[in-house]
Amino acid sequence: MVARAALVKAKADATTDRLAEYEVPQGASWAVEARNKALARLTETGLPHRRDEYWKYTDPSSLVVAQAPEAALFENDEGPAFDAIDRIKIVFVDGVFDAAASSDLSAEGLEIERLAEAVESDDHWVKDVFGVLEGRNAQGAVPRPLAAMNTAFALDGVCIRATAKVTKPVNLIYLHKSKVSDAYLHHCIKVEGGAEFTLLETGPAAARFSKVMEVDVADGGAFHHVRAQGRDHERRAYTAQFGRLGEGSTYKSFTLTANGVLTRNESVIELTGDNAVTHIAGAAVGDGSDFLHDDTVFITHDAVGCESRQVFKKVLRNGAVGVFQGKILVRPDAQKTDGYQISQSLLLDDDSQFLAKPELEIYADDVACSHGSTSGAINEDALFYLKSRGVPHHEATNLLTLAFLAEALDEIENSAFADDLYERLSNWLNRRVK
Amino acid sequence: MLEIKNLHVKLEEEDKQILKGVNLTVEAGKVHAIMGPNGSGKSTLSYVLSGKDGYEVTDGEATLSGEDILEMEPEERAAAGLFLAFQYPVEIPGVGNMTFLRTAVNAQRKARGEEELSAADFLKVVREKAKTLKIDAEMLKRPVNVGFSGGEKKRNEILQMAMLEPTMCILDETDSGLDVDAMKLVAEGVNALRDEGRGFLVITHYQRLLDHIKPDVVHIMSNGRIIKTGGPELALEVEHNGYGDLLAEAV
Repeated sequence: MVARAALVKAKADATTDRLAEYEVPQGASWAVEARNKALARLTETGLPHRRDEYWKYTDPSSLVVAQAPEAALFENDEGPAFDAIDRIKIVFVDGVFDAAASSDLSAEGLEIERLAEAVESDDHWVKDVFGVLEGRNAQGAVPRPLAAMNTAFALDGVCIRATAKVTKPVNLIYLHKSKVSDAYLHHCIKVEGGAEFTLLETGPAAARFSKVMEVDVADGGAFHHVRAQGRDHERRAYTAQFGRLGEGSTYKSFTLTANGVLTRNESVIELTGDNAVTHIAGAAVGDGSDFLHDDTVFITHDAVGCESRQVFKKVLRNGAVGVFQGKILVRPDAQKTDGYQISQSLLLDDDSQFLAKPELEIYADDVACSHGSTSGAINEDALFYLKSRGVPHHEATNLLTLAFLAEALDEIENSAFADDLYERLSNWLNRRVK
Repeated sequence: MLEIKNLHVKLEEEDKQILKGVNLTVEAGKVHAIMGPNGSGKSTLSYVLSGKDGYEVTDGEATLSGEDILEMEPEERAAAGLFLAFQYPVEIPGVGNMTFLRTAVNAQRKARGEEELSAADFLKVVREKAKTLKIDAEMLKRPVNVGFSGGEKKRNEILQMAMLEPTMCILDETDSGLDVDAMKLVAEGVNALRDEGRGFLVITHYQRLLDHIKPDVVHIMSNGRIIKTGGPELALEVEHNGYGDLLAEAV
């Protein structure tokens, strides 16, 4: 028990150190209340530690320390992602809103506002979302102190309310221009009944980035989310998306990650209305022993006839580490649940590692749930086949690597987004290996 | 064209000699057939020539148009003009047949210092060649060999051969798993590629493929060696009498 006490003290000390310079921001009373509750959740559990159950594969210390570790800026000649797509651009430079670089925020079927402004108004729709979804902790006993910390202190972000089927996507563009930036953003999204909305997120964001996104999808609504995190080598990020789905609604999210010292992407999705559908997918490419990528997913089925699908693929080389933790919880009344989970890694050498922890917790009896996890090398027969046709080794390896990742990219419904990311990925791979 | 001298090969993982001194010369414009019982080393010969891992050449040499191919990477051998039609073509999920073909064609052109084919030019050529092999647009779009029938896989091999225009073609039991109609189609594809500058080495168990692809020379392989060489009549002899007599003769 001494060890336990020491751990509790270490966590409390780390939390005190980290919070020394933070103060809960002022604002409308509902906002201050939400922030204080989040702060209470944070101080109750303390910041994460390697010995916490859901951090045992990923050392959170560089996310916890008061001073964000420096991250060198990364120059590249690549054009911005999704540049050919007509979209509303909202730009944040190291977490700070850049009005000049952003589009006009008025759009038909959408209400877009900065969080910094929304938290000032006494009555705002966002009060039913901000800190509410993050604080629900539908599966109990899984503290998410970094998300709570974000709710307590993030000064800005966007609040988007979709009231109709909107085809033009909103693109949050995160630029990283300071080696020492420590950025927090908090987004709240409400998709009203029958409405539809697509959010794109691109860029490395900051030296250290904390981002929480809460998404409330009402009955019959649809939320689509595609993001590309990259390509800075030294950046760190903790991101969490919290989704709550009403009856017959849809929530589909895809994330492509390249490079970065540490990336932890959490997805916490609650299916609360019957026949709701969620697909959470991701592809990651990591090169080098300073790369660690962690997908942690919690899906809660709390209604009848819902579908959830998780598809995660990682390509790892030169000592890169990939982590997947995915849990499906099916509550007693969630009959006719269809749950699926697959996590796969392609290890391009013997030095890389993939750590996977799939969990199923099922309390209903009429349920179809399946999960699988694989780790493997490049298929030698396929490699030889390609080479025997004259395709050089590195090109053949890239082709097979892309083929492996393509199955995750296939999860993106809109082919224009998928094609953009596929081409980007192809360029990255070709550049790296040559 | 292809010259194999005293080729000795063993499996890398175990101390097992598979080829024990193969001598063979295939001239340009000729079709040579290799027949032989199971385990005689026919497929090993095709793999060693195309550069598959797992085999160790312990003695002898193999040259293509005077170039030592055994020292080359598989892709270099391909660029030098060697092509192996696989007995079991590999399925590659996630890689479209078209992408695969274009990547291969352009990689070889690049290796030979030729200009890459534009997407439009490539498409035109591939459609034309696919048509004669009865390969439809749908098959070209699908991932390489995934969900293809046995016949479709073999036709796809011949399509690759037609696109890559190699100088030396090795066909490893291309007739296995084919019905008569499919075999005819494949044979027609091969015959269309026969010309003065191109050599063929056709590996098969049975005479029937050789009814459609008429060989100039037939070799019988057994226990890692070529034990007899003759004209097309040798294949007929095997068909009628089996390998027994020939093997007995060799001992």
